[in-house]
Amino acid sequence: MVSFERFTLANGLQVLVHEDFTTPMAVLNVLYDVGARDENPNQTGFAHLFEHLMFGGSVNIPSYDEPLQRVGGENNAFTSNDITNYYITLPAVNLETACWLESDRMLSLAFSEKSLEVQKNVVCEEFKQRYLNQPYGDVWLKMRPLAYEKHPYQWATIGKNLMQIEEAKMEDVKAFFNQFYVPSNAILVVAGAVKTAEVKKMVEQWFGSIPSGVKPVRNLPQEPAQLQEKRQTVEANVPLNALYMAFHMPARQDASYYAADLLSDILSRGNSSRLYRSLLKEQQLFSDINAYHLGSIDPGLFIVEGKPAPGVSMEAAEQAIWQELDRLKNETVVEKELTKVKNKLESTMEFGEMSLLDKAMNLAYFELLGNAEDLNHETGKYMAVTAQEIQEQAQQIFRKENASILSYLAKN
Amino acid sequence: MDRTQAPAFKQVEHISLLNAKKYPLDNGIPLFFIDAGEQDLVRIEFIFDNVAWNAASPLQAFATNALLQEGTSNYTAAQLAEKFDYYGAFLQKDYSYDQSSVVLYTLNKHLSSVLPLLREILTDAIFPQSEIDTFIRNQQQKLSVSLEKNDVLARRSFNQVLFGNTLYGHAPVVEEYAQLQRSQLLEYYKKAYQPANCTMVVSGKVSETTLKSMNATFGNNWEGSTAVDKNEFSFITGTGKTHFLERPDALQSALRLGQIAINRTHPDFPALQVLNTIFGGYFGSRLMANIREDKGYTYGIGSGIASLKDAGYFFIASEVGADVCTAAIAEIEKEMKLLRTVLVSEGELALVRNYMLGSLMGSLENAFSHADKFKNTYFFGLDASYYERYVQTVRTISPQKLVELANTYLQFDKLEKVIVGKQ
Repeated sequence: MVSFERFTLANGLQVLVHEDFTTPMAVLNVLYDVGARDENPNQTGFAHLFEHLMFGGSVNIPSYDEPLQRVGGENNAFTSNDITNYYITLPAVNLETACWLESDRMLSLAFSEKSLEVQKNVVCEEFKQRYLNQPYGDVWLKMRPLAYEKHPYQWATIGKNLMQIEEAKMEDVKAFFNQFYVPSNAILVVAGAVKTAEVKKMVEQWFGSIPSGVKPVRNLPQEPAQLQEKRQTVEANVPLNALYMAFHMPARQDASYYAADLLSDILSRGNSSRLYRSLLKEQQLFSDINAYHLGSIDPGLFIVEGKPAPGVSMEAAEQAIWQELDRLKNETVVEKELTKVKNKLESTMEFGEMSLLDKAMNLAYFELLGNAEDLNHETGKYMAVTAQEIQEQAQQIFRKENASILSYLAKN
Repeated sequence: MDRTQAPAFKQVEHISLLNAKKYPLDNGIPLFFIDAGEQDLVRIEFIFDNVAWNAASPLQAFATNALLQEGTSNYTAAQLAEKFDYYGAFLQKDYSYDQSSVVLYTLNKHLSSVLPLLREILTDAIFPQSEIDTFIRNQQQKLSVSLEKNDVLARRSFNQVLFGNTLYGHAPVVEEYAQLQRSQLLEYYKKAYQPANCTMVVSGKVSETTLKSMNATFGNNWEGSTAVDKNEFSFITGTGKTHFLERPDALQSALRLGQIAINRTHPDFPALQVLNTIFGGYFGSRLMANIREDKGYTYGIGSGIASLKDAGYFFIASEVGADVCTAAIAEIEKEMKLLRTVLVSEGELALVRNYMLGSLMGSLENAFSHADKFKNTYFFGLDASYYERYVQTVRTISPQKLVELANTYLQFDKLEKVIVGKQ
C-alpha cells in the first residue's frame, strides 16, 4: 500500500506526495508525457536525444549535475516509447536543491550548441554500444517496423538510424521543448522523509510561476488489425540462430491486459514455467527461451524468443512454440497453475515496495495512466483474472495472422 | 527568489547503520540477522566460501552452484521448481570470486513451506546426469554468444592478465564445459556445502519464529567434516603491457585498464575510494566530464576498485568509438597525470565529500542494503567501525594525501591495458 496526497498547481502541474519516514532520503520524480511515439517519423530518436540535453544546463543554472552532487544527490533519466522520466535521489533535508534544479529546467533550457554537438556524439556511441556492436543488438530495429506499419511504435527510442540523430538542429530542440516540456504535460512526485505541507509550499514557490503552456493533444495513427502473418529473415555474424515471434496484444489500460500479462508468466516466469520446462528441459529443443511483453500504453507486442538447440531446425523450433501456444488456446489453465502465477505476482508487488524510487516512479506512471490510486488496486486486478479470461486472451493473441516472425540466422 | 542562487543546504551529519545481530544455530553455523522494514517478507542468504581450487577442473565450483536445485533424493528438478514458484518464492544462486551463495526471497507467510525445500537442496542434492548434460549444452551456447561481445572479451583478458591461472583469472572456454563430470560436482558439494563452511544472513521482517525455524531446519542433522580447504591466492603486480585483440568489424573498442591494488582490509582503502570517485567513480568524475561530456567519445566511462578476499584491483572500463580509441586512451593518461601532479581543488573535493556521504546514506535503503553493508565488513574480518572510518576519511582527507595516493596507484605506465576492437 503506497499512500499519497495529490494537488494541482494553477499552471496545471500535477503533484503527488508520498511520505515515508523509514528513510532519511527523498526522491523527486518528474514524468513528462512524451516519448518516442510522439516523434516525427523523419526525426526519430529525438525524445531520447532531448533527454540528454536536459542535463546540459538550464536558463539560470549552467550545470545541472554539479549543484546536485554538491548536496549529496544523484540523478538519472530514461526515455521509453511512451514517456520520459527524470529522477533525483538526495538527503531529504536538501529537497529544495532538487526543486530549484528541476523547476529551472522546466522553465527553460540554456540551449547550448556545444551540449547539442557533444550529446549527438554520445547518443551515437550509445546507439553503437547497445544496438549495433552487440550480437542480436539490432533485433528491435528490425522487429518494430515488421510488426507495426502505421503506429509510431515502429521505431525504437534510440531512433531509426544514426543519421537522423546527427541531423538534429537547435531549432528542433527548442520547438520540442516548447511543445512538450510544459507544466501541464508533467507529473511531479515527491517521496520520502518529507511532510506534505512543506512540499506543497516548496513546490508552489519553485514551480508555481512557470508558464502553463498548452498540453499537447496526442493524435497518433493507430495500428490496424493485422490480417496476415508477416515474416522476415536476417543473416548476421552471430554464433547461433534465433527466433523472434511478436503478436499484437491489448493496450495497458484495456481490461484484458491483466490476463495477457499472466499469459507471459505462465509461459516464461520461473523454472517451472511452460516454455522452460517443456521446450528447454524436457524436449531439449532450445538452449534459451523466453516470453514477455513490452508493457506499452498503446496496444503492445507479446514476444516469444528463443535460440534453438544445436541440430534443431528453425522450422522445428517454431513448430514446438506453436504447440505450446495452441495448448493455451485449447485447454483451460488448471487452478493450481493459476494460483502459482498469482502468488508470484503478489510476491513481486510486495518486494517492489521496498524501494522508495520504485514507489515514486510507479505513482507517477499510474497517475499518467489515469489515477495513481490504481497502483494500490493492481494486485487485486491480477487476483481477479479467471482461467477462462486467460484462455480467451491466448485465442485472441496467438493467431498466425496476428504474428510477425523474425528468423535471425547465423551466417554460414 | 533568485533562481541563479542555489538554496542553502545541509551536510549529511549522521549516517546510521543497523548492526546485524548474531543468532548461532545449534550446530555452530553463524546466523546474522537484520530486522527492519514494513513489508512482511524476508531474504535468506546461505553463503559458502569457495574451496579447493583446482585449475584442472576450473568449472567445478560454478557448475555445482548452478545445479544445486536440479534434483534431490526426494524431488526432481521439475518438482522443486514447481514448489518454489507456487509459493511465490525466488531462489537465486550467486557464484562469485570468493563465495558461492544460495539466496531465498519469500513472503513470510510462505516461509515454512519453502524452508524444507532449501534444506533438501543444501543437504541432499544429487546432480542428475541428464541435468548436467542440459546445463553443459546451454552454457556452451551462451558462452559462444558472450564471446562475440567486446566488453566481455576485454574483461576475460584483463582478469587473466592480472590473476593468471587462478579462480580470479580464469575465463571459461567451451571445451572445459564438456569435461565436467558428475563426480566432480558431488565431490565439490561435499567439500563446500557443509555447516563448517556456511554463514547465514537473514534480512527483512525477521521474527523470533523465523529464527527458531531456521535453527530447527538447518541447526542439526547436517553432516559435514570440520576441515575446510579454503582458497588462498597471492599475486604479483605486472609490468604494465598493452594487450590488443583485433576485431575487424568493430564500431567501438572495449577498453579495460588497471592493476592490482589494495582491498578493503588495507587502511588506505577508503581514501583510495575518494580518489577513485574523483577520477572515474561518479557521473561528474574527471573521466566522464572529459571523455563523455566534453569530447563525446563514449556513452560511458568509469573506474572502480574491486575488493576480493586475496586481492584488490583498480580498473577503468569503457566502450569508445573505434576511430577515437587512441585519443580516448591519451585522455585517460592525461587525467591520471593531473591527479598525480596537481592538488584537487577544495571546491571539487567538497563536492565529492558530500556526494559520497549522500550516496552512502542513499545506499541504506532497506534491510537488504544494511545486510549488504554487514557482509562487506564481516567477510573481510572488519566490524561496523569500518564505516565510521570510511565516513571520517571522506570528511577529512586532504588534497595532499590524494596526490600521494595517485602517485602510488594511478601510474599509467604500470597499468595493464586491454583493448578489444580497433586501435
